[in-house]
Amino acid sequence: MKKFFGNLYIVIIMLFLYLPILTLIVLSFNEAKSMSVFTRFSLKWYGEMFHSKLILGALVNTFSIALLAALIATIIGTMAVIGIDGMKQSTQMVLMGCNNIPMLNADIVTGIALMLSFLMFGISLGYCTILFSHITFCIPYVILSVRPRMNKATDTLFEAALDLGASRGYAFRKVVLPELLPGIASGFLLSFTMSIDDFIITHFTRGAGINTISTLIYSEVKIGIRPSLYALSTVIFLIALVVLLVVNWNNIKNERTAA
Amino acid sequence: MTFSKKWSAPFIVFVIAGTVIPILSIAYYGFTARGGGITLDNITAMFSANHMQALGLSLLLALVSTLVCLIVAFPMAIVLRDSKFGKQGFTIFVLILPMWMNFLLRTMAWQVLLERAGVINGILQALGLPRQEMMNTPGAVVLGMVYDFLPFMILPIYNAVMKIDSHLIEAAYDLGAGKAYMYRKVILPLCVPGIVSGITMVFIPALTTFVISNMLGGGKVNLIGNIIEQEFTVNSNWYLGSGLSLVMMVFIIISMVLLEKFDKTGEGTFI
Repeated sequence: MKKFFGNLYIVIIMLFLYLPILTLIVLSFNEAKSMSVFTRFSLKWYGEMFHSKLILGALVNTFSIALLAALIATIIGTMAVIGIDGMKQSTQMVLMGCNNIPMLNADIVTGIALMLSFLMFGISLGYCTILFSHITFCIPYVILSVRPRMNKATDTLFEAALDLGASRGYAFRKVVLPELLPGIASGFLLSFTMSIDDFIITHFTRGAGINTISTLIYSEVKIGIRPSLYALSTVIFLIALVVLLVVNWNNIKNERTAA
Repeated sequence: MTFSKKWSAPFIVFVIAGTVIPILSIAYYGFTARGGGITLDNITAMFSANHMQALGLSLLLALVSTLVCLIVAFPMAIVLRDSKFGKQGFTIFVLILPMWMNFLLRTMAWQVLLERAGVINGILQALGLPRQEMMNTPGAVVLGMVYDFLPFMILPIYNAVMKIDSHLIEAAYDLGAGKAYMYRKVILPLCVPGIVSGITMVFIPALTTFVISNMLGGGKVNLIGNIIEQEFTVNSNWYLGSGLSLVMMVFIIISMVLLEKFDKTGEGTFI
């Protein structure tokens, strides 16, 4: 009985989290532009999506920024974890404190602060400023996922490998990197997700004429969002669902065979 | 000391260029008058009647939504620990996945659901219940905040709950603790880092949002985030916008100090 209520609670929360998403998916198949009346099943918004230069441009920007930002943040963040490891305790504390700032700071303050500093240095806002800002807010996620993997044992194993005659590069590749890899992977995935979903920081650091999916949607809020944007988001969501399910399913299978 | 400190050089460059300099620039604008010269006017502007009203409303709505998130998330974390569902990282997957549907659209979807002729009223009517008229009220904004930020409350608490050794719980029962007593004396104290982390992860974005109030408040709910955003995009008064942002940073610093105090080891992170 207790189990029943527990599961019921999970189902209710899941419904709460996924109901709006389901609504958007249903609306993407609605023939009318109306948000409240479902007239007839239609795929016309999916067609329109592929013919809209505006949408395709925003799509390319969003994904290229997310990919580059996640990649660069993952490299810088992982390197930082390795370098910080050899520092004094007090220096580590200060650096980790600075690392937490973009994560705990309000997005609106981060966005405004970045925008002002770009303009103060005469850097015009555009693709590169968005990318730089996304790297800035992604690095903390990478460091927080990789750092717990770097511990005493990693150091000891690395030294053992050196004693056994491995070169530093070889020992790093064969001992340290595999140890860090799960953290690196989750840091990358988290960065990528955060970058795709970001609106506020992009809103302040983008220049005129460049759009990501988020800013494109925001610009249409007042005049009514075209359902082709629902269609686009549905496609992205379903692809993410499938990819993440496959990754998760493999993990589950591995855990089972390991156990 | 096996690795060279040089590895962290690019990170330090990013800390300086992406965090330190931007905060100094916002401080520079915040303390500069529109016509030039140092001033405190942009900071004290927060105390003007309409800004105080917006700040008060923001604090109220952020507090309410944080509290609701906490009340919903804590039992959720406990239930997830006990159920099969909670294993194998699947929970984290389910809570992160909604982020792949654009944040603005997810919030927008509540318009469709809450509208007078919307989905929820349809269901209520079918059940013979009175209609709700939440759209464009502070209630709708709170709902949007809870919806958008709930995963950030569940994840850290869930991570803290999952780390609790079940032997501790058994030991408490063996020593004669009742259920309520066990929760109060064992589970709750061990969850504190997760709870504090969750509270800051929900409270700060809720306090400073302008998107949710724009979309679900219908222009009738004016939060401090809306005012700051308008100073930049509509009024082009960067000095005032920066000054108000600096005041908001006080709340952020308070939450960072709290987090440092309760979560020294960083256990409560949502990763």
